[in-house]
Amino acid sequence: MAVAQAKQDTLEARIAGLSFPNEGWQAPARFDALERLGAMGMPGRRDEYWRYTHPSSLTSPEPLPAPVFVDTAETMVFDAIDRLKLVFVDGVFDAEASDDLALSGVEIDLLSQAQSDIHWARDIYGVLEARGQTPVQRPLAALGTAFSTEGVLIRATAKAAKPIALVYVHKSDTSDVILHNCIRVEAGAEVTVLESGPAAARFTKVMEVDVAEGGRFHHIRAQGPDQDRRAATHIFARLAEEALFKSFTLTANGVMTRNEAVLELVGDDCVAHVAGAAVGDGMFHHDDTVFITHEGQRCESRQVFKKVLKNGATGVFQGKILVKPGAQKTDGYQISQSLLLDEDSQFLAKPELEIYADDVKCSHGSTSGAIDDTALFYLRSRGVPLKQAQSLMVLAFLAEAISEIEDEGIAEDIRQRLEDWLASHEH
Amino acid sequence: MLEINNLHVKLEEEDKVILRGVDLKVEAGSVHAIMGPNGSGKSTLSYVLAGRDGYTVTEGSAKLEGAELLEMEPEERAAAGLFLAFQYPVEIPGVGNMTFLRTAMNAQRKARGQDELSAGDFLKLVREKAKALKIDADMMKRPVNVGFSGGEKKRNEILQMAMLEPRMCILDETDSGLDVDAMKLVSDGVNALRDAGRAFLVITHYQRLLDHIHPDVVHIMANGRIVKTGGPELALEVEKNGYADILSEVV
Repeated sequence: MAVAQAKQDTLEARIAGLSFPNEGWQAPARFDALERLGAMGMPGRRDEYWRYTHPSSLTSPEPLPAPVFVDTAETMVFDAIDRLKLVFVDGVFDAEASDDLALSGVEIDLLSQAQSDIHWARDIYGVLEARGQTPVQRPLAALGTAFSTEGVLIRATAKAAKPIALVYVHKSDTSDVILHNCIRVEAGAEVTVLESGPAAARFTKVMEVDVAEGGRFHHIRAQGPDQDRRAATHIFARLAEEALFKSFTLTANGVMTRNEAVLELVGDDCVAHVAGAAVGDGMFHHDDTVFITHEGQRCESRQVFKKVLKNGATGVFQGKILVKPGAQKTDGYQISQSLLLDEDSQFLAKPELEIYADDVKCSHGSTSGAIDDTALFYLRSRGVPLKQAQSLMVLAFLAEAISEIEDEGIAEDIRQRLEDWLASHEH
Repeated sequence: MLEINNLHVKLEEEDKVILRGVDLKVEAGSVHAIMGPNGSGKSTLSYVLAGRDGYTVTEGSAKLEGAELLEMEPEERAAAGLFLAFQYPVEIPGVGNMTFLRTAMNAQRKARGQDELSAGDFLKLVREKAKALKIDADMMKRPVNVGFSGGEKKRNEILQMAMLEPRMCILDETDSGLDVDAMKLVSDGVNALRDAGRAFLVITHYQRLLDHIHPDVVHIMANGRIVKTGGPELALEVEKNGYADILSEVV
């Protein structure tokens, strides 16, 4: 009881300074979310899925200040990709810095401006998040539904002419941003969404993705290399028959990052892949928490998470595959691995499988290890200098996750960011 | 080319002495073979020369063209012209064979103050060398040695040697795990590299490799020392009578 009270108290303190936006088509969803939130409270350390990640900096009334990060890289990630760019500065849409919202194959609206009562997003906003609250509670996502006034609403009706890039700029040391994006991929349509940038001192984000029959959704996200941000992000996705969902996240640095993905494979024959490559040095805490529910038949899901940790960095992976009764011929795969570059770093992994169908294929694996000395010697014996050999081995370790990116140009961009990171964090 | 004097080596962790005073001199343009029973220290010698961790040199020296190898990092030894064809070539998942070869080549060129090879020139060269060793394009695309058969791995070693053009080549039991045809292919690859400016040290258990790669000098190694040195006939004697006679003679 005392624990529950503490969670309630934390919630009260957390939302005390926030103003509740109670108008517009989102209002009913927001009231529902507020009610859910009230029932749950904020996450506590004793919650099963918060054992390895201390939630306090994500739930405190004010964010810990984060100095604005000045990226010295010659080019920013995704700059070379032909894209439609939408810029949010400390969580507020910046029309000046953004491209025109018109793009062939998609309709783009801003959450701050879409007031029409018949908006399609009403069927998604807070709806997928609410579905994703059982069996595991995700209060920070409900917070996102209740309080966010900014974000983007993307509806793909055909194949989008180019990727839509959401760029999150951080300008205030104390910005506390809550953002909510909704994406609907109509039957047979296809869209790629890119996300990058430090966003805020504290970033609480929800992205709901509804993929209709035969729709295809690609998501590539780059977090970092800013160090001081604190982020709790959530993806809730629902897949109809023959839908495809692919999400990849690169995380470089970050004192606290919690990325949750909750995927529901509702239709038959759909495919959902979620992957991550994380590299951390020193004060780095990175948590991937994934929940995949197989409901349709003959669906495929893959989770590929790789973390490179050094100087006391911490990596967390909590991944679950739930196969519901009747979800026959499910093909589930889950791998989480860490490369520990020293003895001070740690990787905490909790793979879970829960299967109620009898004709399924599910595999999972989790490993932690150092760079293979024999392979390192082999490379050096061929003339490759030690540091270059180590970088080559690290990239090789991450390769399986990066190969989840379908677009080769984007994959190459991500690879380049990793090489830059390795060059600036030499062993 | 290679001059080893009174080399003593022990295992770092076990304090176990492996080499007890190896003396060896290999001249440019020559092929030397080292034979010897299991546990005589042949592979240790090759690893110590290449710079593998886990060994402590307690005495002696090993010079490559006058430069002390034992003070160099493994990559410096490679850049200086040393190459070890591994008995067990290492699998490196995630690193493409082609990337590996190009990285190695350019790293060595850089260390020697040469320009990097252009992608086009590199491709042309690697195709030509791979063809001679019957290494197909698919093998080049795969990760280094992953899923390669024993013979493919050894051919891949020789391909690396052909590309990197080292001056001192050490072949550690390159014949192990090879069938007759693969042995011929590998030997042809080695023979094609024989040159007045290059030397070979061929470590083997069996005479049969030496039927293909004809040595100028044969050494017998036992208990951490070179105990006998002779011409090619010494290898034939081992093949016929085993090591027992030679060893009893020495002791």
